[in-house]
Amino acid sequence: MRPPGSRRRARGKAGGVETVLRGIRFRDDKDFSGCSIFGMMNAAGRRFDGAPMLTAIANMKERSNGLGGGFAAYGIYPEYADLYCFHVMYGDEAGKRETEDFLAANFSVEQAEVIPTSACDGVSDAPLLWRYFAQPREANVSACEMEDPDDFMVQAVMRINADIDGAFTFSSGKNMGVFKGVGFPEDIGRFFRLDEYEGYIWVAHGRFPTNTQAWWGGAHPFNILDWSVVHNGEISSYGINQRHLEMYGYKCTLYTDTEVIAYAVDLLVRRHGLSVADMAGVLAAPLWEDIDRMPPRERELHTALRQTYGSLLLNGPFSVIVSNLSQMIGLTDRIRLRPLVAGRNGDWMYLSSEEAPMHLVDASLTETWIPSGGEPIIFQLREPAASREGVEAWGGAAV
Amino acid sequence: MEQKKKEWSQKPGWVKENPPPAEKKSGEKSGANEEEEVGKEMKIEIDHHAALPGVFVRKNGKVQIDAGQLHYRELNNMVKGAVAEGTEEIELDNIYGQRYIGSGIRKPVKIVVHGVPGNDLGAFMDGPKIIVERNAQDGVGNTMNNGTIVVHGRAGDIVGMGMRGGKIFIKESVGYRAAIHMKEYRKHMPVLVVGGETQDFLGEYMAGGIVIALGLTANGDSRFTARHIGTGMHGGLIFIRGEVEEHQLGKEAACEPASRDDIAAIRPYVEEYVDYFGGNADDILSSRFIRLWPRSSRPFEGLYAY
Repeated sequence: MRPPGSRRRARGKAGGVETVLRGIRFRDDKDFSGCSIFGMMNAAGRRFDGAPMLTAIANMKERSNGLGGGFAAYGIYPEYADLYCFHVMYGDEAGKRETEDFLAANFSVEQAEVIPTSACDGVSDAPLLWRYFAQPREANVSACEMEDPDDFMVQAVMRINADIDGAFTFSSGKNMGVFKGVGFPEDIGRFFRLDEYEGYIWVAHGRFPTNTQAWWGGAHPFNILDWSVVHNGEISSYGINQRHLEMYGYKCTLYTDTEVIAYAVDLLVRRHGLSVADMAGVLAAPLWEDIDRMPPRERELHTALRQTYGSLLLNGPFSVIVSNLSQMIGLTDRIRLRPLVAGRNGDWMYLSSEEAPMHLVDASLTETWIPSGGEPIIFQLREPAASREGVEAWGGAAV
Repeated sequence: MEQKKKEWSQKPGWVKENPPPAEKKSGEKSGANEEEEVGKEMKIEIDHHAALPGVFVRKNGKVQIDAGQLHYRELNNMVKGAVAEGTEEIELDNIYGQRYIGSGIRKPVKIVVHGVPGNDLGAFMDGPKIIVERNAQDGVGNTMNNGTIVVHGRAGDIVGMGMRGGKIFIKESVGYRAAIHMKEYRKHMPVLVVGGETQDFLGEYMAGGIVIALGLTANGDSRFTARHIGTGMHGGLIFIRGEVEEHQLGKEAACEPASRDDIAAIRPYVEEYVDYFGGNADDILSSRFIRLWPRSSRPFEGLYAY
């Protein structure tokens, strides 16, 4: 089953859904389980490689079925920290040519390279995977009457994903990258050689697709700018969320409900300036009966949030990890229909679908807890991650 | 042949290595063929004799299994094999998230878990006693029939889901939807004792049994903050130490202070809790308890009218 409206979104792509879903792999053996999510962060910005992530997500293998796995890592490109990094998957050379022409016209591309991979059992039919480190050309940004290069970047991602046949941007932030595909997550991690990257925030996802197709672009995390989202659950409000986001120029092109969360977070926090707590109040709004019992000021705030952003309420069961360059945020739906456990051991922060993998990667972890439904768990980097200097300083602290 | 098949199908996997002599009849095909047939019948994936050295160890009548490298299927086959041999105590080391430990076992074996067991610990079990040294994950005692589970830490969501008998003791808190659709039948009376707090939807759709939430926290008493307690409840009893406000209850749950008889009825379970985890049962029981019970045994009657 496609999310409602997906056919319409495929407009502009010659060949429609079938072309777009090249590389898809259906399997008829169905194991019933749930997705797995895992996040690990060092609040001091100390960078570590992807090996513990593979250990942790492989520990929850029972929760995924080999139809999607992926990772997001922050702090992995310190030498290009000022540049946006596009990770793009191509179905064919034609899509690559068209995309590269588009990039050359709008960006100054400082580095273009194949994303290094190595053959791995369990991962096949990979698309062409390229990455580009680039800066928007100022003339193009001002020609679009935009002040913020981030906005220009979002529009460029939408343009590639919606209009260029066989090309999908799956990562578009600075000093971070998303790596994902069809397969078990630990295999995808080996395929992308994640033990060769070092980041201070890592999130991982093992997929068990329920309502949407398994294809490379539909694996988690979903990303826009430096936001990425991994998700266990299903968003039954996808249609209304998607229509609301369309009004702000976000086009949902990846055939998976989770995409809306990434765009909603970008809209609420980056563009509208909401705090993370208020963003949680929109996505997992308290029930009206709970709002009625709040103290007056809080009641007013939550009433206003629900009135303003009612269309961004996420309905249905979910637990998500949302991350950016300086934060890792855990959130579940308000009645917690999907699991999430948090852990903290000094500077090391964890969010996970299950408790065991946290202990598996950190033998001295003792403080773990189960967040309440709708309550955001916000793990914050001690220093803001916006500047290149900051990143280099943490690099010095890294082992 | 039909008869034989049935007999074999009641034997757990380990017998393929050690068939009891009584079942060997003369003239019957023996050796490899028989093993093959049994193996096929029982879907054996691994038996403990084939394990790596040091993984499966017999010591003083106990069995010790190092589960560090084991998938849950391998582990649980070993456990079931050991139980079928008559082992009375099994210790499991290096448990990290292996699911279904102790599930479906119908003998009063003691299983000690060192580590964090995976989901559905003791599911469908009928008699074992499982002791967990650390936290447990979701689904502890899912649909268990009899036996005891003792968790010296916290447990995740849906503890005692659909539980039909036996006892679960959790030292600290539990997550969402503890005792969801717990049920009782005549002598089968499931009991869940939670030392700390519970999260929302405690006793959701509860149909029988007893839940006792003690609200003991490290820093003394605290408010019981769970909401939607007893939503859809239509049987059983929930005892909570302390108070809850009306809005914390589901509309199907009624609430009143616990009587002296109630306290006497839950005393043995609180004493057992104290035996496992320490504390003073008299002190605990001298506090104020409330008792929740269903307003109706059929709250949804008429909801789906024909």
